[in-house]
Amino acid sequence: MTAQLGDEDAQASFDAVIAADQRIEPRDWMPEAYRSTLVRQIAQHAHSEIIGMQPEGNWLTRAPSLKRKAILIAKVQDEAGHGLYLYGAAETLGVSRDDLLDLLHAGRQRYSSIFNYPTLTWADVGAIGWLVDGAAIMNQIPLTRCSYGPYGRAMVRICKEESFHQRQGFELLLTMSRGTNEQHAMAQDAVNRWWWPAVMMFGPPDSDSPHSGQSMAWGIKRFSNDELRQRFVDVSVPQAAVLGLDLPDAALAWDAERGHYDFGEIDWSEFKRVLSGDGPCNRQRLARRLQAHEEGAWVREAAMAYAAKHAGEDAGGAKTSREGDGHAAVA
Amino acid sequence: MPLSPDGSAAAPWPLWEVFVRPKRGLSHTHAGSLHAPDATIALQNARDLFTRRQEGVSIWVVPSAQITASSPDEKDAFFDPAGDKVYRHPTFYEIPDEAEHL
Repeated sequence: MTAQLGDEDAQASFDAVIAADQRIEPRDWMPEAYRSTLVRQIAQHAHSEIIGMQPEGNWLTRAPSLKRKAILIAKVQDEAGHGLYLYGAAETLGVSRDDLLDLLHAGRQRYSSIFNYPTLTWADVGAIGWLVDGAAIMNQIPLTRCSYGPYGRAMVRICKEESFHQRQGFELLLTMSRGTNEQHAMAQDAVNRWWWPAVMMFGPPDSDSPHSGQSMAWGIKRFSNDELRQRFVDVSVPQAAVLGLDLPDAALAWDAERGHYDFGEIDWSEFKRVLSGDGPCNRQRLARRLQAHEEGAWVREAAMAYAAKHAGEDAGGAKTSREGDGHAAVA
Repeated sequence: MPLSPDGSAAAPWPLWEVFVRPKRGLSHTHAGSLHAPDATIALQNARDLFTRRQEGVSIWVVPSAQITASSPDEKDAFFDPAGDKVYRHPTFYEIPDEAEHL
């Protein structure tokens, strides 16, 4: 940043934008801690999207019908797209995509712990759509109003697409729940296994969430982890009733006084264990990502070599001369 | 960083800015950015990334390095000339109520 303004003026200008609930844009001056917080959060989010392709990708070749297969391909393709929107947003903060991928591969940046659980049956595809994408939407809708413009804009696009993800999962589970006894049991088993990890997706309790206060003050975060978690539980309980499936928590009960559902103790030791690398699939997920990256290297290099060889040639019918106002540029 | 056959580090794909015309009659608007080795692949990647649900009827891709932007640091000096010219807006003028269609 080559701010002509003095540092104090720059800080005051930044503070005024935040106070007015306006958006910070890439070339604005920003405090280094704001920038590094966003890089960490957006990168972790982007990594989660691309690692998140794996649990469901596992079922692409084994979907029970062509319709379900087409839906699942579209969903996994969306996850790749979401990763790309988010890497693009992170890059506006002055980091390179290659560096972010290196940090992921080296285990120095994280992704959501939810993707370290295995997808054991087809019903898991439904449970992920309903619960995991449902929790993600709960987290992400407030992020559309994030104070950093490019992140908020990426989230608007992502939230529109996540809605399809959640609904297809719910419909899949509903179909199984109303199917044969075996199908119903399979749906119930998937919900039993995914419920608690989904509840944990909102992160540690507010009492143990050291960065939350600062992120809220900066307008990056709008609601606390526990607020969002409560909201998720509140909407999920009636949905489970529609599905005809039970949530695996004996302590779930409506609290008329609070106007919310009470729920049981969360096993935070499991959350920490999975986050620190000792979940069921951590090593497998990272190894698969690294393999895909390394095996794709020759494609990336060949494309660059081809581009260098054909530099200056017509871009294959893509010239703007076909576009009436193309030469008027982006005025 | 992977190495190319001559031993040098492979160059990353350059960055492109993507502009999408949502439908006929509207201007192209900025949709986001992506990496691609050349313009043709940038267009194909832009189609896959930004128009999976028919969000556009036309796409422009522009190398990010080719965009000249006004600097936010200059914003006061750069945009100030418009600041004190309220007479450029129709609401500046007081017109009697009985004068219609103005």
